[in-house]
Amino acid sequence: MRDAHQNGIEVEGLVREFKKGPRAVDGIDLEVEPGEIYGFLGPNGAGKSTTVHMLTTLLPPTAGTARVAGHDVVRDGPAVRDAIGVALQEAALDPFLTAREHMRLQAGMHGLPRSEAERRGDQLIDRVGLSDAADRKVGGYSGGMKRRLDLALALVHEPRLLFLDEPTTGLDVQSRTALWDEVTRLAHQHGVTVFLTTQYLEEADALAQRVAIIDTGKIVAQGTPDSLKAEIGRPTVEAVPAEIAQRDAMRDVLGRFGTDTAAAPGAVAVRLDDGTEELAEVVRALDAAQIRVANLEIHAPTLDDVFLAKTGKRLEGAGEGTESEAAAGRQPTGELEAVGA
Amino acid sequence: MSPALTKNPSLTREANLVSRRTALSRYMRASWAIAWRQLRVMVSNPAFLIPSILMPVFFFSAFAGGLSAISEAPNFDYPDYSTFQYVFVLIQSAMFGGVFAGFAVAADFETGFSRRMMLATRSRSALIVGYALAALVRATIVWVIVTALALATGASISPSAGEVVGILLLITLVNVAALLFAAGMAMRMRTMQAAPLIQLPAFLIIFTAPVYVPRDLLEGWVGSVADFNPVTAVLEAGRELIIGAPAEMLLAFGAAAGLMALTAVWAVTGLRRAERAAS
Amino acid sequence: MSAGAATVPAALPRERTGTLTQIGHLARRSVVRTVRQPAVIVSSMVFPLFLLAINASGLAATTDLPGFPTDSYLTFFLAVTFMQGALFSTMGAGQAIAQDIQLGFFNRLQLTPLRGPALIGGQLAGTLLLGVVQATGFLAIGLAFGADLEAGAAGALALIALACLVSIAFGSVGLTIGLRTGNAEAVQGAFPLLFVFLFFSSLALPRDLIAQDWFQTVATINPVSYVIEAYRSLLVEGWNGEALALGALVAVTVLVAGVTAATMALRTRMERT
Repeated sequence: MRDAHQNGIEVEGLVREFKKGPRAVDGIDLEVEPGEIYGFLGPNGAGKSTTVHMLTTLLPPTAGTARVAGHDVVRDGPAVRDAIGVALQEAALDPFLTAREHMRLQAGMHGLPRSEAERRGDQLIDRVGLSDAADRKVGGYSGGMKRRLDLALALVHEPRLLFLDEPTTGLDVQSRTALWDEVTRLAHQHGVTVFLTTQYLEEADALAQRVAIIDTGKIVAQGTPDSLKAEIGRPTVEAVPAEIAQRDAMRDVLGRFGTDTAAAPGAVAVRLDDGTEELAEVVRALDAAQIRVANLEIHAPTLDDVFLAKTGKRLEGAGEGTESEAAAGRQPTGELEAVGA
Repeated sequence: MSPALTKNPSLTREANLVSRRTALSRYMRASWAIAWRQLRVMVSNPAFLIPSILMPVFFFSAFAGGLSAISEAPNFDYPDYSTFQYVFVLIQSAMFGGVFAGFAVAADFETGFSRRMMLATRSRSALIVGYALAALVRATIVWVIVTALALATGASISPSAGEVVGILLLITLVNVAALLFAAGMAMRMRTMQAAPLIQLPAFLIIFTAPVYVPRDLLEGWVGSVADFNPVTAVLEAGRELIIGAPAEMLLAFGAAAGLMALTAVWAVTGLRRAERAAS
Repeated sequence: MSAGAATVPAALPRERTGTLTQIGHLARRSVVRTVRQPAVIVSSMVFPLFLLAINASGLAATTDLPGFPTDSYLTFFLAVTFMQGALFSTMGAGQAIAQDIQLGFFNRLQLTPLRGPALIGGQLAGTLLLGVVQATGFLAIGLAFGADLEAGAAGALALIALACLVSIAFGSVGLTIGLRTGNAEAVQGAFPLLFVFLFFSSLALPRDLIAQDWFQTVATINPVSYVIEAYRSLLVEGWNGEALALGALVAVTVLVAGVTAATMALRTRMERT
């Protein structure tokens, strides 16, 4: 049983400044447990990639410390690189080489002897489902295939820690699910610690055991997805009036119970100040105002709501972008069929 | 035209004159609009001019500077090698000026700007005239710079007024012909991929002419091709004009005019193709 | 390899990679990539041969000048064709590394125990291959069209050897440009500059026959003149020790300077800790 710190991450006061502009990473602290899948969630430009570049030794920090797999990223760069596998945002591949040639090169550069390199390479190619295409030049691969090869290359030297920088951006649903399965398997069956950055909240929700939310270089929230949502605590009620003319009146009524928030087209949504208990009051108020309701739903908070609560903004690309889509993406906890206490 | 006008013959004649005059001014206005736009780009972005200027400056320095010893070769019948190369550079810059202007046409087609212009004016050939006008302005700037350079480095250039006119006419014809060729290609392909297809023939036609030595000293395959190359006649005529010994002017102007006529047809047919594609 | 519960796997057998091993891996990659782009190889030869054809005919009268070392301008100018090949080596090496940087492949390499000299050595392997192919092609075509090779069969080997040296020397210059700019278009933009550099040399005439003093001075300072003259001596004269030594010396100097500059540029580019 290895020392618990051997495949964890400890970060203290990490800062990265660039010559032009504000700090990309402005003093972050975090800790990743060995064998955990840790999600790093934030909009474009929040500082996710910069953080990953620092933790993977590609970029020296301006200030602060980070220990990855038990080694300091600044002082023990080579030791860190030995223990980690990295798949960055650009699937960094050579269009003129085949998948097999990529694997041989990567394995060889990491010091695997020839026979071991071949064995390992073929095994991983098989695992990510690229056996049929293994001898074709990568230039002809689809986006999903490139990402799979990228992952295989990151794993070639059996790292204890895996960094994935937005691994499913631009992928179709099938490829995304396949990647999620593989990542989960690596963590649960092989004890690989996974540090995953994403702009998709469903990805963070589905995969990560713990999550940190970053915005403009600072961590604004940290914890398990459930605890973060519980902290925000406020459900949203979303109602559709039977007649569109009554929408403004409905908005006035609902507005008494909480703050207006994004809704599906044609609907009005309000985040309840006092939680689910208020629902009966809402219904009575609508009834008293003689507003006929076509549909009434209550939604649990999402990580997007957490982000909104902490930063006053919505996550870009969350559930693919627009506010109404984000609203539509919320899972209803139940629909009310009967009105009344 | 209203029926009242068509009934009265003298009124009709007047109306025709007026309408022809307005048609002409409309034509000129369309041309000028295009030309003005190109020139505005050039003024606001002087870096645009740099390749047009550097290329002839480079050739002049490299050839007049590096190859002048050739004029010592037996039977080399020309007083001053710098002047010899100066004329080449004038014609080269005229030709490549037209080529670069053609790139602008291709770019406009690629961005779709040309489609808007074609919708805006009935006389579409006015657009080509516009590009040609801008190309000429640009070429003139280059010619002034190159002439200054040649004079500064001691080339003996002292043609009479008539000879100057002759040379100017020649290089203008070359410039316009090159632009027409390039525009014709650009309108057929309507993409910047046309660029190498325009550049290569221009390069070929100018380097299979007597660039380094007079025609009668040219040997081998280039010599054979040069005999059929209209640029040869233009080069030789220019070189004669500038030392005040005009010879074979008819051939040269005929060749240049012929080239221009051919390229004009090429450009207009290209325009028709582009119009059809846009509709 | 793994039990049901989460376990950290046992270590893979590893060996510490020497620089030579790394060069081997990266060289293999560089060579494979070059071979897989035959269109690039061919097009890199078309323009120099085209220029040869035009100038061999257009400048043929030059051979009548008193003191001109040969009757065949084709032979005389073929030396320049070899030199142009070196220019393409510069561009090729620069663009290859710039593409690696732009595509992120450079980051991937940085994450391995990559050593700087290994990257430089590996990249230049592809440049060397291109240089050999070009030189062989130019020689064969030149000879087929009637060029002389006074130094004979051994001279052919010397020519190819010189071309190898020159291609990695100028390739290292291109590598430096590629590493500093990290941008393939910027590397391409350097081409006209290098081409001009090529022209202000003993490209078209022997240095002693250049009439304009200023041009002769520039040509005498320009290191490219000495490389062209080394190639030329094998074609036109035979075995001229001095010309060959000068050309080789210039090439070695450019190689040392280029590799040094590339190493420094690489150090700046490799921000990893």
